[in-house]
Amino acid sequence: MEFPGLYNYWIAIVLMMVGFYIVIAHDNLIKKVVGLNIFQVSVFVFYISMAKVRGGTAPILEAGIETYSNPLPHVLILTAIVVAVATTALALALVVRIRNAYGTIEDDEIEGQEDDA
Amino acid sequence: MIAAHLPALQVVIPLMAAPLCVLLRRPVLAWALTLAVSWVVLAIAVALLLQVLETGPVTYPLGNWAAPWGIEYRVDLAGAFVLVIVAAIGAVVTPYARRSVEHEIPRDRIYLFYAMYLLCLTGLLGIAITGDAFNLFVFLEITSLSSYVLISLGSERRALTAAYRYLIMGTLGATFYLIGVAMMYMMTGTLNMADLATLMPAVADTRTILVALAFLTVGISLKLALFPLHLWLPNAYTYAPSVVTAFLAATGTKVAVYILIRIFFTIFGGVEVFRINLIGDVLMGLAILAMVSGSAVAIYQNNVKRMLAYSSVAQIGYMVLGISFATVTGLTGGIVHLFNHALIKCALFMALGCVFMRIGSVNIRDMAGLGRRMPVTMASFVVSGLSLIGVPLTVGFVSKWYLVQAALEKGWWPIAVLVLLSSLLAVIYIWRVVEVAYFRPAPEGGPAPAEAPLSMLVPMWLLTGASVYFGIDATRTLEVAGGAAAFLLRATP
Amino acid sequence: MSAEATILLAVAVPLVAAVLIVLTGSRPNLREGVTLAAAAILFGLVASLFPTVLAGGRPAVVLGEMLPGLNIAFEVEPLGMLFAAVASFLWLVTSIYSIGYMRGHHEKNQTRFYAYFAIALSSTMGVAFAGNMLTLFAFYEVLTLCTFPLVTHHGTEEAKRAGRVYLGILLGTSIGLQLFAIVWTWTIAGTLDFTDGGILAGKAAGPTVGILLALYVFGIGKAAIMPLHRWLPAAMVAPTPVSALLHAVAVVKVGVFTVLKVIVYIFGVEFLAQAASSRWLLYVAGFTIVAASVVALRSDNLKRRLAYSTVSQLSYVIMAAAILTPLSAMGAALHIAAHAFGKITLFFCAGSILVASHKTLVSELDGIGRRMPWTMAAFAIAALSMIGIPPTVGFVSKWYILRAAMEAEQMFAVAVIVLSTLLNAAYFLPIVYAAFFRAETAEPVAAGGPARGAEAGDGGTPRHRGHRREGHGEAPLCVVLALTVSAAGIVFLFFFPDLPFALARQLAGGAG
Repeated sequence: MEFPGLYNYWIAIVLMMVGFYIVIAHDNLIKKVVGLNIFQVSVFVFYISMAKVRGGTAPILEAGIETYSNPLPHVLILTAIVVAVATTALALALVVRIRNAYGTIEDDEIEGQEDDA
Repeated sequence: MIAAHLPALQVVIPLMAAPLCVLLRRPVLAWALTLAVSWVVLAIAVALLLQVLETGPVTYPLGNWAAPWGIEYRVDLAGAFVLVIVAAIGAVVTPYARRSVEHEIPRDRIYLFYAMYLLCLTGLLGIAITGDAFNLFVFLEITSLSSYVLISLGSERRALTAAYRYLIMGTLGATFYLIGVAMMYMMTGTLNMADLATLMPAVADTRTILVALAFLTVGISLKLALFPLHLWLPNAYTYAPSVVTAFLAATGTKVAVYILIRIFFTIFGGVEVFRINLIGDVLMGLAILAMVSGSAVAIYQNNVKRMLAYSSVAQIGYMVLGISFATVTGLTGGIVHLFNHALIKCALFMALGCVFMRIGSVNIRDMAGLGRRMPVTMASFVVSGLSLIGVPLTVGFVSKWYLVQAALEKGWWPIAVLVLLSSLLAVIYIWRVVEVAYFRPAPEGGPAPAEAPLSMLVPMWLLTGASVYFGIDATRTLEVAGGAAAFLLRATP
Repeated sequence: MSAEATILLAVAVPLVAAVLIVLTGSRPNLREGVTLAAAAILFGLVASLFPTVLAGGRPAVVLGEMLPGLNIAFEVEPLGMLFAAVASFLWLVTSIYSIGYMRGHHEKNQTRFYAYFAIALSSTMGVAFAGNMLTLFAFYEVLTLCTFPLVTHHGTEEAKRAGRVYLGILLGTSIGLQLFAIVWTWTIAGTLDFTDGGILAGKAAGPTVGILLALYVFGIGKAAIMPLHRWLPAAMVAPTPVSALLHAVAVVKVGVFTVLKVIVYIFGVEFLAQAASSRWLLYVAGFTIVAASVVALRSDNLKRRLAYSTVSQLSYVIMAAAILTPLSAMGAALHIAAHAFGKITLFFCAGSILVASHKTLVSELDGIGRRMPWTMAAFAIAALSMIGIPPTVGFVSKWYILRAAMEAEQMFAVAVIVLSTLLNAAYFLPIVYAAFFRAETAEPVAAGGPARGAEAGDGGTPRHRGHRREGHGEAPLCVVLALTVSAAGIVFLFFFPDLPFALARQLAGGAG
């Protein structure tokens, strides 16, 4: 009962750790951004699954339907997705500029160049 | 009529002005618009503060949606104080920005700079004014995204990597905060801070709430660069354009500290957060480590901007220390230091901006003989530096007085000793610069002696003067800070 | 004019003078005129407060509230009155002297010198008239900072190092220890006002009192109690008028004055006398007196010898205060004045010798009394005062300290006084003897000799290094005038000690 009942949280946690690990462990700046995305998405999943009410439907007013899912987290996550997209776009733009300036997008190589300078 | 809508206007005006800047394109026009907006914003902030002092907290339901469901703007004393700090720094930095930006940022990007600057201002003001936990996240990200851009505008290529690293760390922090908000929502079903505060005591002991608190604290600690999560800060401050550093150093981390205060004393105000959990002890430990290690590392920096960045890490330690006391005196010290440090650091970074403009470097080696070549700028640096050290008759002294007093009231004298020790370390790093600037002769054949333009000197001295004035007559700032602290702590039974 | 306005003016006049000095910087005569006028006005202002205070009045004025419950407040009490009178009078004398010295020695940056000097006097007045510990502390720190450019006046590497020691010790102790003590006092007592009988009585007990006293005494680095005396010899690189300022007019006097204030008005003499944990102060001060005298005896550089003599004499004041009887507090107050006059004369003489002959070592002074009779006569009088021989004011203050020590049966203190009097005689009298009774030796011709002397003494004075005026006579008129006035003051105060006495007696009455 316990384990399958909370599987949605487990998925969120696994995704989160995967994303977090990528951000920390990878030197490639693009991969870091991908990791960051996975990390953020895990939180979105967390929000959305939390809004689910057992037996509820989409929150559209219709005769004969008593239970709805909670619409608020959906709305929140819509905003958060916008923020995440903006962040990703900015990060990618920065990576492009970094590539132009350093000729590489590997963190360790960039650090090597910075130490030389 | 307008008076009733001040809270909304506070945020909406700079928000609308930002795209307008993009449309205007001409640097001078964009600057003029920014200037007008920043002063209007300051007027609104002051009006709000006066209103709060007179009548108590002001609430404003956005779009007229009733409170727990709609987003509510809520200005209490602490919020109004932070609003005034942010708006005042904005209003002073903008006149300074014109020449400095012309010097450091390519002409075709200047209008973008001002657009981002206004967005950053919007976000910072929004954080201080909103009464909604999720709305706060949105403003936090507006601030962060625009500050990543601002930092990346720095003239060196390392500004790009600094911005990128800040982006990664900042996004992690914001996402942590988001998780915390989600968990609070799961337990209480509300996002309104006032509502959360009333519902919180009933569920405070559940594991979910404890985990939420942990996520919130860590997330915001990343944003405010609390030791050891400060790694992004030195590079970001060092390589950002001078104006950006002056602005962000005075406002960015301060607002993050404000969020921390909100979480602990408003949202968790009904719960004695510091007594149930280890959180107070951990924060205090980290704050002390930040104070001592930040100052110690600052001593060994040769880039003066980076030196001051590490000093900021130490000063953030002071503020968090004030919070971690959770007494009226301690919190007053923390809040008043928000204001005081904003004045000091902004003036110091402005002085460095002037130096950079004239000699093209902020390395301590290149500052030899500056005491004679740029006497006005360096005099401001020295006065602000003394304030940073905490010499009496400057604002730095006031903060230190309160923190030491708070420590002694609790009988924790070793902490008082550490506070004072950290300010002695500040003597060392400030005096390194003073000695080079005043005792070492200027290099032969260097650029001719020249002061920075008046439009940069006046704002700088305005802040320097303020940091002396509010050090001599600290009653007004302390009245507000003390009132805010008492208000925040009264929620605690 | 009301006494309140006078107090504020006393602090403001030197400040205004500093601004005027900067404005008139390009015209030296006018600039020096401003200094002299300001000094005269200041002395007049302080003197006009005298009758009120003598009559038992305590004029007070509150300038503003700095922190809630803590004002920037001034209150004139006898001790502060005495100190302010001495300092403002000596500023006048020092100004006359500086004009002769700075011009005779061709110093650079004279405008900066006079401006910071005036600011230093303003903060000294602030300390003297401070009505509570916070105000005193604020002006104490301002004094530290505005004397820093004076100490490092020459801007050389050596001056920089000296400045580091100066600032390091003074700021380090005041922020690290004194501020701590002040906040602690505030938390315990809830007030920082100087009150007769002390504010800590009945609120602190046991070891707390001793620790707090230690924090204060060592936190007041300007009192130069060992081992925190290093800054004083280091600051010798500064021009001689600055040394006079440090040793006689302002800085060290502010130190011992603050210690006295703390003992009398923060702790209260009676309260401290009952607290067993405050005994150590007597021994530390006694040790400093003897140890500093021994160091003075061994140094050949005249200014250095004088510096260690100052360290020793300051601890007289502290030891006298530490005897903790009303009579001893009175002796301490008198000794502040006595030492001020004595030491300023000695420094004037040292500077006079430097300007006229460029000599800095004690061993070079043989027979100089015949070339510079006024200077060396003044030196002799001041030296007698330092030792404590009548007819000089040094005798009066030492007499009271000794009497207090006898009455309190502090045999340790008595022994220290006797021993140090012998040591004082041992390091001052040979100078006087050599100057007047020994034949002048031939000038050393070796190139290294004179240069070494100049460097050790004055931190690289820009001109004249390595060459010495043959057949020099007296120093410039201003210099001689100043040192004659201050030497006359020493004798005058022996015969007419009524004014300082009256004030000191009030202090003793208030404390007892």
